[in-house]
Amino acid sequence: MADIASFGAYVPLFRLARKDMGEAWDIPAVPGERAVANVDEDSITMAVAAASDCLQGIDPASIDAVHFATTTAPYHEKQCAPIIASALDLRRDISTADFTDSIRAATTALRAAADAVTSGSAKRVLVVAADARLGEPETPWEQMLGDGAGAVLVTDKGAATMHGFFSLAGDHLGPWRRAEDRFLRSFEARVETQYGYAANTVEAAKTMLQREGVAAGDIARAVITGMDPRSHGGVARTLGIDPAKLQDTLFFSVGHPGAAQVLMMLAGALEASSPGDKLLVTNYGDGSDALLIDVNKAFPAAPGRRSINGYLALKQTLPHYTGYLARRKLVEHEEPPMRSSEVIYWRDARQELNFHGARCTKCGTVQYPIPRVCTECGTKDELEEVKLGKSGSIYTFTLDHLYLGMYLNVPIPRVVVDLEGGGRVFLEMTDCDPQGVKVGMPVELTFRRLHEGSEFHNYYWKCRPLPQAA
Amino acid sequence: MGSIKDKVAVIGVGATKFGEIWEKDAEDLLVDAAYEALDDAGLTPKDIEAAWVGVLYNFTGISGSTAAEPLKLFGKPTTRVENFCASGMDAFRNACYGVASGVYDIVLACGVEKLMDTGSAGLPTSDFGHPVMGGVSAPGMFALAATRCFHEWGWTKEDLARVAVKNHKNGVAHPKAHFRRAITIEDALNAPMIAWPLGRFDCCAMSDGAAAIIITRPEIAKATKHKDDYVLVKASALALATVMPMYKGSFDYLGFPATRMAASLAYQEAGIKDPAKEISFAEVHDCFTITELLNIQDLGFVEPPGAAEFVRDGRANVEEGDIPVNPSGGLKCFGHPIGATGCRMIYELTKQIQGRADGNQVKNPRLGLAHNLGGPASVCSVTILGPRD
Repeated sequence: MADIASFGAYVPLFRLARKDMGEAWDIPAVPGERAVANVDEDSITMAVAAASDCLQGIDPASIDAVHFATTTAPYHEKQCAPIIASALDLRRDISTADFTDSIRAATTALRAAADAVTSGSAKRVLVVAADARLGEPETPWEQMLGDGAGAVLVTDKGAATMHGFFSLAGDHLGPWRRAEDRFLRSFEARVETQYGYAANTVEAAKTMLQREGVAAGDIARAVITGMDPRSHGGVARTLGIDPAKLQDTLFFSVGHPGAAQVLMMLAGALEASSPGDKLLVTNYGDGSDALLIDVNKAFPAAPGRRSINGYLALKQTLPHYTGYLARRKLVEHEEPPMRSSEVIYWRDARQELNFHGARCTKCGTVQYPIPRVCTECGTKDELEEVKLGKSGSIYTFTLDHLYLGMYLNVPIPRVVVDLEGGGRVFLEMTDCDPQGVKVGMPVELTFRRLHEGSEFHNYYWKCRPLPQAA
Repeated sequence: MGSIKDKVAVIGVGATKFGEIWEKDAEDLLVDAAYEALDDAGLTPKDIEAAWVGVLYNFTGISGSTAAEPLKLFGKPTTRVENFCASGMDAFRNACYGVASGVYDIVLACGVEKLMDTGSAGLPTSDFGHPVMGGVSAPGMFALAATRCFHEWGWTKEDLARVAVKNHKNGVAHPKAHFRRAITIEDALNAPMIAWPLGRFDCCAMSDGAAAIIITRPEIAKATKHKDDYVLVKASALALATVMPMYKGSFDYLGFPATRMAASLAYQEAGIKDPAKEISFAEVHDCFTITELLNIQDLGFVEPPGAAEFVRDGRANVEEGDIPVNPSGGLKCFGHPIGATGCRMIYELTKQIQGRADGNQVKNPRLGLAHNLGGPASVCSVTILGPRD
């Protein structure tokens, strides 16, 4: 048996009202709003954000494995989990795996994590899922999908215990995307929903509950993932789950966040749980997964953790549908070619991804990037590598309209940040209105995709405004 | 450490018009500038024994061939000098040592840049630096100082605009300046933003151009065309500060250490105790308006934060100013083809001291100071020229 020790989530800042999406195309709109990943975000960056949330107050050196689940991996060949691991500053001697190609990948990853801990091959496994799927424009799909990430920490000793893992394999029904497809595809939604999603979820849940000797009435909270509100409600009724006990599917606040849905919902359920609660978790997609989670103790407080509710509250509504098109790169722009260097990028990875600087052992100055000779006292080779803080305040800044020979209408805020714990860095600011940037503003660092120099994803850190306490 | 004071004489100067010179290449510009300097000195290319050429960008030219090829200086030691925006003045500085050492008698220092060959959309920066760290435009680098000066001292965009207005007014008078149109404070304030708080008129534009200087030792100068009014080099200093000021926790962004250090070395070399009183006029590096204001302080013309007031009170004006700053129109109006600028400033200083300035003439000039500040304010060159005894 394996436990859950922590949880976290991430929702991108920007939201778009579905009404505005419908109006853009003059088609009906689904109610609510959807989350829109920024132009510098992808599944890897969102996974880092959710995992950081999950690991608040937890030593990253204690993590033995990373299981990452997504259907929108930024690479077809290059594993995402090690990139996430570096950004989280985990150890190198860990096991990493990407679980892909299905909404169900997150619970597949969860089951594998539980198996690893139960068998003793790992003690602490970070399971994180993120997705940024694209629905075809001018269809309800682009309204229904949403971007986000969720994470749980699976350990041999945590506040809640998982048991009863049960899986059904492959229903050979959509929705689907082939390797060459950009947008989600569906043939006959009613068959996909009824015989794919609903039938499999119900069968897996019923079989599992029966084997575990648990009745629907015993369930305190049900994390049932779903394709849409109606079929979700239907599955819950069939299983006899009281609607008041259904965990919010996030349809109306985020949209369907793909593989991340189950973990984002689970983060919310665990946060609201009490000792003694029994949670049902079901997931679908090319079959179905079902499990039970017994909450034994209250989860330890983690002051820095925002989880799903915290991130839902951090929102900025896009004024127009074009904001979505731009951020999700649905409109073609000429990008000037950019050169990077795999060699430099690899050589400096600990400074770029793990965000390490150095402290001079002679004069104590924390500095970045890491020099051979101390910038302040001039001593050679007496610096020790240190982790840098992930928050700070703005010393000075500019709003730069010039980039790669182009004049940008919306400038890039470039910010000199004095970090908590020492060190000064120079970063782009994101997720902000450039006109709102001020000297002295508190900021937090965020892992983003900077550019595609030399045709690989150049990831780095940016900063964003630190949300003020309510 | 020794001194260059009074060991080098400027005996000929030349400069092309600066501007968008699409139809001329680096060869054209260098030939025009160098031959103007040679004619001014009454010499021919055969007389040149060594040459130094300042160039920043590889697309303008690589190696000493940049000057040797157009001028056919084959068989002569010719060196390309690159030191960000101080390239041209550093070429001059190195040339001075060639002459002062006694090894070469007649030496050419020149500079050229064909910025317009990469189009007019701003300095190409993507070839510099790291895949992900520290990217910023040239205006952005200096805008960081403006933001902090606004915050600490309450300087405003009007204070910056006054520098642009002054330099535009000076540019009108200079036949070789790129821009020869006066502007108002309103024009500057309403201009499109480039890198907040710097707008279009706070930034020098892209230009092509070349400039050339012929130097020798004073005893040889006494036998040349300018025997009565050759100009003496009093100091030629260079100093570097960090190229990553945005990562240096102890840097306050209220002035540039490279300028203070180079100025200190130059004043020491020239024996200047009170620059505010002893410097008659200056051509300073106004790549951006904020830079000119900070230069005025860093060069010791006024205590911080007095530069905004200095300009506001007209103390930098040609007509009535204590220390006319950028009588030629500065980088802002004259233009800034990077490799050429340092030598262009030497050209201007020389003609001013000789009383034959092309544009505004500074009254009774004695010591003139030329200043360049390159990169993220990491390389500074300061040269001081004065009349012969």
